[in-house]
Amino acid sequence: MTRTRWFAVHAELSPRARSLLGFFSFVLPILLWCIVSYVPAVWHPLVLITDPGSVDYFQPDMRVDRATFDQETADATAQNRALPQGVPANPIYLPAPHEVLKAFYTSFTMPPEARDSPWLHQSLWHSIQVIFWGFVISSIFGVPLGILCGTYSPISRLTEPFVEFFRYLPAPAFGALAVAILGIYDGPKIAVIVIGTFFQQVLIIANTTRKLDGALVEAALTLGTKNLQLLSRVVIPGILPDLYRDQRILLGWAWTYLIVAELIGTTTGITWFITQQARYQHFANVYAAIFIIGIIGLGTDILLGLLGKRLFPWDRTVKA
Amino acid sequence: MNAQKTLPSYLEQSQQVRERFDRMKSREVILKVKSLGKTFETQKRETVALKDINFETYRREFLCIVGPSGCGKSTLIRILAGLETQTSGEVLLQGKPVRGPGRDRGMVFQGYTLFPWLTVKRNVMFGLEVNNAGRLEAETQALQWLQLIGLEKFADAYPHQLSGGMKQRVAIARALANQPRILLMDEPFGALDAQTRTRMQAHLLEIWRKIDITIVFITHDLDEAIYLADRILVLKPHPGEVQELIEVPVPRPRQMDQFISEEFLTTKARLEELIYSSEAHGEEGEEPYPMMMRLAEVGDNVE
Repeated sequence: MTRTRWFAVHAELSPRARSLLGFFSFVLPILLWCIVSYVPAVWHPLVLITDPGSVDYFQPDMRVDRATFDQETADATAQNRALPQGVPANPIYLPAPHEVLKAFYTSFTMPPEARDSPWLHQSLWHSIQVIFWGFVISSIFGVPLGILCGTYSPISRLTEPFVEFFRYLPAPAFGALAVAILGIYDGPKIAVIVIGTFFQQVLIIANTTRKLDGALVEAALTLGTKNLQLLSRVVIPGILPDLYRDQRILLGWAWTYLIVAELIGTTTGITWFITQQARYQHFANVYAAIFIIGIIGLGTDILLGLLGKRLFPWDRTVKA
Repeated sequence: MNAQKTLPSYLEQSQQVRERFDRMKSREVILKVKSLGKTFETQKRETVALKDINFETYRREFLCIVGPSGCGKSTLIRILAGLETQTSGEVLLQGKPVRGPGRDRGMVFQGYTLFPWLTVKRNVMFGLEVNNAGRLEAETQALQWLQLIGLEKFADAYPHQLSGGMKQRVAIARALANQPRILLMDEPFGALDAQTRTRMQAHLLEIWRKIDITIVFITHDLDEAIYLADRILVLKPHPGEVQELIEVPVPRPRQMDQFISEEFLTTKARLEELIYSSEAHGEEGEEPYPMMMRLAEVGDNVE
């Protein structure tokens, strides 16, 4: 492996190199996190008190600024009092990797603080349902409209300028309105995800449809294909792999609207879990919950990617 | 070019060739183009792409259309296919005016236009299926066409697994499966390498011999035109007009060794004369290439 081959523009990497690099893309940030957490010389701006000594306001397991700790130690030394003891520590909002790892397990096994509030897996399931319905409702309207816009210019001109305008309106801004119309439960949450997804969806799918090779349409015309057949037998199958890719990307966007959506009305789902845990300063649980969203998101995307390869064996553009 | 004087005229035909043409012209007219014109309107000006085109082709004729770039030959064939509409004049297919594309005119394009999501067999079935043939019927016919072009082994392959030449053979089969009256071909072998192209030309002649089809074939390769055609329609550019309709005096069946025959060379000389004289005016707006300053060392000559 010479350097020129790795750093050629759009270099072709061997499958081994590809998976190795993919692995490191995860290892590197985790390594950085480990260094910050486990090497006392790196950062650690606080001191975790193990023994308060003669300092009356220090308590075991309290975190104080290093400067305060040094000052008190100096004072105690000067007055010949018992010295406080402590170890360098990071702020409570940055738990170490092993704590978060442990929280992955405990947050599923730990019963909820309040008796009738949901467990983590119940919260997650609720979030997944909100995403699912938001995305499905958006797609039911957005995909056909996008395809029509990409195929027929009059529909495009009649629709796209307004959609173009509407997509700049931040979806969360419609939260209050959605609550007024749809109540405080899942309705407005789904509505926010729909608003956040739909308008982008129409434009993206319209563009994908427009990119279909016009020669294929012409070839179909010379074979005697008429009107709607053209749509069902040429346009739709022709864009299907790209449409599928677009949907995967849009599903990712839908997830980014989830937290805002769940804050609307009564807080529910994974957002409720995160805010609760943050309130009790269980930050390890907060990180665990955030990472679970990432894992679910990436996991679905990888699964859909593999499914796509199965569904579209003729597609030449797919690469993992 | 000097050889031209010693050659007989391209207008001289042997007895056998003349009889072939007489037989061809005694068949019915399939396609009639009457004072066809096409003007493109842009915001600034009007461009006349085609002006007063008149010709007709007989059933089972092989007609080639040649001309320098910008002569509107692609526009002409697209109008014949119904993919574009003329500004004036008429195209009659078996006496009926052409309006829009239809299954009575098959077309093979220069680019590969097989449907990438369909297997080779389903591609050939496509025309039959959209014209309401039963699935089984379409499949049987498609397999027959694949057999004719010798690709039945690839029936279940996807287009991306085929070479360029194979793709064009499937495209021909796909067009023919609809049993059109006329097959329009727009530089179909233009993207192929020289060897494949030669084999495809012979293959196309073989297909043409065997089935009742009239072919209108666009090319800018003069050898290809002479090798394939009964008659060659020569267009000239700015605006696109018919310059001459040449009856190719080379006897059939055509062989590769005819490329150096007298009839072949005299026809080619005539075509070159027609095309280069109209090309000599240069493309519209194109400057002559500049004389270049010498950059190589003195005495270091390659010629």
